[in-house]
Formats: sequence, C-alpha cells, structure tokens
Amino acid sequence: MNTVAAIDPRHAAGQRLRERVFRSATLAAALLVLLLLGGVAASLLVGAWPALAHFKLAFLTREIWNPVTDQFGALAPVYGTLVTSFLALLLAIPVSFGIAIFLTELAPVWLKRPVGVAVELLAAVPSIIYGIWGLFVLAPILQRHVQPWLIEVLGPLPLIGRLFQGPPYGIGVLTASFVLAIMVIPFIAAVMRDVFETVPDVLKESGYGLGATTWEVIWQVVVPYARTGMIGGIMLGLGRALGETMAVTFVIGNAHRIGSSLLAPGTTISAAIANEFAEAVGDLYTSSLIGLGALLFLITFSVIAAARFMLMRLERRALSSV
Amino acid sequence: MSRRVVRKFTNVAALALSGVATAIGLFFLGAILWTLLYNGLAGLSVTLFTAMTPPPGSSGGLLNAIYGSVVMTVIGIAIGGPVGMLAGTYLAEYGRTARISAVIRFVNDVLLSAPSIIIGLFVYELLVVRMGHFSAIAGAVALAIIAMPVIVRTTEDMLNLVPQGMKDASTAMGAYQWRTILSVIYPAARSGVVTGLLLAVARISGETAPLLFTALNNQFWSSNLSAPMANLPVVIFQFALSPYPNWQQLAWSGALIITVSILVLSITARLVVSSLPGGRR
Repeated sequence: MNTVAAIDPRHAAGQRLRERVFRSATLAAALLVLLLLGGVAASLLVGAWPALAHFKLAFLTREIWNPVTDQFGALAPVYGTLVTSFLALLLAIPVSFGIAIFLTELAPVWLKRPVGVAVELLAAVPSIIYGIWGLFVLAPILQRHVQPWLIEVLGPLPLIGRLFQGPPYGIGVLTASFVLAIMVIPFIAAVMRDVFETVPDVLKESGYGLGATTWEVIWQVVVPYARTGMIGGIMLGLGRALGETMAVTFVIGNAHRIGSSLLAPGTTISAAIANEFAEAVGDLYTSSLIGLGALLFLITFSVIAAARFMLMRLERRALSSV
Repeated sequence: MSRRVVRKFTNVAALALSGVATAIGLFFLGAILWTLLYNGLAGLSVTLFTAMTPPPGSSGGLLNAIYGSVVMTVIGIAIGGPVGMLAGTYLAEYGRTARISAVIRFVNDVLLSAPSIIIGLFVYELLVVRMGHFSAIAGAVALAIIAMPVIVRTTEDMLNLVPQGMKDASTAMGAYQWRTILSVIYPAARSGVVTGLLLAVARISGETAPLLFTALNNQFWSSNLSAPMANLPVVIFQFALSPYPNWQQLAWSGALIITVSILVLSITARLVVSSLPGGRR
C-alpha cells in the first residue's frame, strides 16, 4: 500500500468496491455449499417422485424387483445395505480400537508415524481397488477355506445356524461385509486415535499413580473420557459403509432377495444403482433406482449428521479445556 | 491365582491384542498392494500408454482411458478448486464468527462424507437428463462437487494457521481485507492450500461410482467434452467383471496405475504438510 490511498478519494472508492466484490464472491462460494446439499436433496426427490407416486408406501415394504413387469420394491436393497454395514462394523470396531490403542498408548515413537501413515494410506486406496481385490483374491479364499468351515461348524447350531447355510458361493453378503470392514477400519481407527489424543495426560497419570495397569487406564480412564468421540468415529465409518458402492458391487452378487443365509448373494442400495442405472429402460425403472438413491441419502445423511454433531461438540470441549 | 497376576495377565493380553489388530490392518494394506503389483506389473508395457482400449481378445492399452481420467480430473479441480478456496476463505476470514459459517461448516462436513454415488445421481438429474446424453463435462462436474468439500476444509484449516500478527500488520498499513488476503494470507498459506488441492486430486482420481452415469465410458478416443469419455475407473470396473483375460489384465494394470498415482499424491501431500511451520502430523 502506498500513501495515495489516504489522499485520493477515487482510489479509496476503488478499494472499497474491490473489497465488496471479493467479499461477495467468497460469501457466494460458501453459500454454494448449502445450495449443493439442498440441490442434491431436491433433485433426488424430483427424480424419485414418479416411482413414489406410483407405488406409494409399498415401495418401502415390498421385496419384489422386476423390471419386466415394472414392479419395484426397496426392501431387499435396504435390508442388504443395513446388514452388510452392521456386519462390517462388528468386524471393524474391535480392530480399529486396537489400532488406535496401539498408536496412542503402545507404539514407540519411531513406529508411531510410519504405522499411522500406513493406516491413513489404506484409507486413500480407492474403493474400486478394494472391489477388484475382494472379487479376485478374497472371495476365492473365503469360498475355499472359510465358508465350508462356517457351514460345517456353525451351520448345525440352533438360531445362528440359519445364517451359515447353503453352498459357499464366495461372493455374497458375508464377503461384502468383510471388504467393507477392511475399508472402514482406517477411518474409524484414525478418528479414534485423534480422540484418544485429546485425553489430558493428567487424567492418565492419575490412573497410573493409583497403581493401575496400562489396560486399566485405557479402559477406565481413556475410553470413558473419549466415548462421545469414539461413537462419532464409528458412525462416520457407518456412513461410509452404508454409501460405499464399488467395493460392494464387485462382491455382493446383485440378487434382489432377502436370504436368511449370510453366504448367499444379495444386493445393497448403492450396488443396485451402480449395476442397473445405465441399463435401466423405462421411466418407472429409472425413477425407482433414484428412489433407492433418495433412501440412501436419507439414511446416510442422518448417520453422518449425527456423527459430525457429536465430533463437533467434542471439538468444542477440547478447545474450551485448553 | 492372586488378583495381581490376573490384572497383569489381562493387561498383557489386551495390549498384545491391540498389536495383533495393528498387524491385521497392515497385513491388508500389504496384501492389497502385493496383489496389485503381482497382477499389474505383468501387463505393464509401452503399449499400455500408447494404444486404445481393445475389443475382447485382441491386444491394446489404456491411452484413451488415461487421457479421459486426466481431462476430467483437471476440469473437476479447475471448477471445484477456486470455488472451494473462496468458500474456505469466507469461513476463515470474513465469516469466521458468523452464525451461518457454523451451518456451512457442518453441511460441508456432511458433504465430505456423503456417498459419491448420490452425487452421481444428482449430476445425472442436473446435466445428463437436461442435455439428453452422457458427457465428459457431466463427469467433470460430478468430480468437482466431490472435490469441493475437501478443498473448503483444507483451505479453512490452512488459512487459520497464518499468524494473526501478519494479518494485523497488513491492516495497520491501511490495507483493505481483500488486499491482506490476496497479498499476505494466501502467499503465507500457499503450500498448505496446494496440499489440499493434491488431496482433492487424490480423492477424485479414483472415484468410479459418480462417473458411471455421468461420463459413462467410451471404447474409442474422444476429446469431445459433450460426449461420453473413457476413464480409468469405469474401464477397470467393466474390464474386471468381463470374462476376457486380456480385459482383466488391463483392469489390473489400470488399478496399479491409479493406486500408485494416488499413493504418491497422498505421500507428497503429507510431506508438504509436515514441513509446514505449525503443520500437524
């Protein structure tokens, strides 16, 4: 800046104009973020409207999916989405928790960074790579070695036995859950690690001072303190698993049915859309697929929003305690 | 057994399990990379980068797919980058404490983890239906929408790292805020903001789902932005699921190319961030 600014009124007016223009441009870009979310919601509703108006509530409650007779119900893909995500979390949570513990409490300093980076790189691998790996590497291994064992050992059991019956297809609900679990582990582990690091050292040291073991400090001091953030991280992983497309599409088998066995092929919302959208003929078919998309949006939006809300509260607490 | 022994044993067992969990995570990273190298290197040759995607049974390469991916990623960043940086600037500077900024941050975080296939459907409704056909530009817009939240977030974080003293000094010299932002804050935060762009490129260059019904795919060379365009992820998807060995081989090679470029981008971004003053990790 030079002294002209203070003297020349025309220059000052130009400065003020540019200030207004730049400020408005940044505000407009920021508002575009809001507009995008609104636009996504609106466009999905508009696209799904023909199917929703035609099938009414039956769209949500019917299992049938028949493009030939134009009959569509969302129950099978919604069920598949929820089951695969639930199983994936069941497998991923203990492993992620272990990794986070290892990274914050156990690992020597020289190991912390490389292992942390490796876990983060696992998160950067695109989902289609998980898909192709799941199809060509994981599915055959599960089919040959793991599933026959599950069928033999768990199949005859009462209650849970029904989950492990039928032929070992290799691809199916269980394989999809397995791939999803591997995908969400790095996300959950990274959030948990960050949350564990917000636990004040004084609290942990008090625990050690009372004679607690490392594990007792983790379980009775760190975990209770970090509970909200851990749940937030888990829900973020859940949001990721619910919407994951390519990894699942490769290995789920795309069958619109609700089977009692986890070894049978199934489908999820995103896999159905990815498999069928480009080939869908007829307005009702396309609209039904977009209807599935709208359902997915609703489910993931609530989960992600809840997770972000929890993590945001935690961030505020961490800031105020500093 | 005394209580002390039980406690000791529990402690050792739990800590050992956490080590096992870490080993499991690293094992899968290693397994995936090893499979990619093993299957991908076999098909790595010059023709991969000079020939078009072939019909089943004859030899070919991935040139049109690589070209399409680069074009759409570049356009995606060219759209999403500036808009995201401006929005991040608003959140970090003009609207730092405004009530609407809290809402925007929240919505941006939601978009950051929204399923990419939903973005694909949105762009399909927005552009493909209106234009009447699939097009490369629709694919690029979908990628831009996915890149934007990443850039908004990193830009805001990086601008916040610029010391308040520098901003105050500029203001004290009589500079308007726009001049301070352009001449003081942006240069100070440059490498951080560039890192955000790199991370955004890494994020969108492997995206498949949103391209399936926007850019679709193209068996041939096309540089027409308003026509369907080949791209690596969708080619990998189609070729991997095909029954033809030569297509599957190309899918593996394509997967290797994508993964290596993304890992290089991510590692570069990390190195830049850790060399920043006040940068984390």
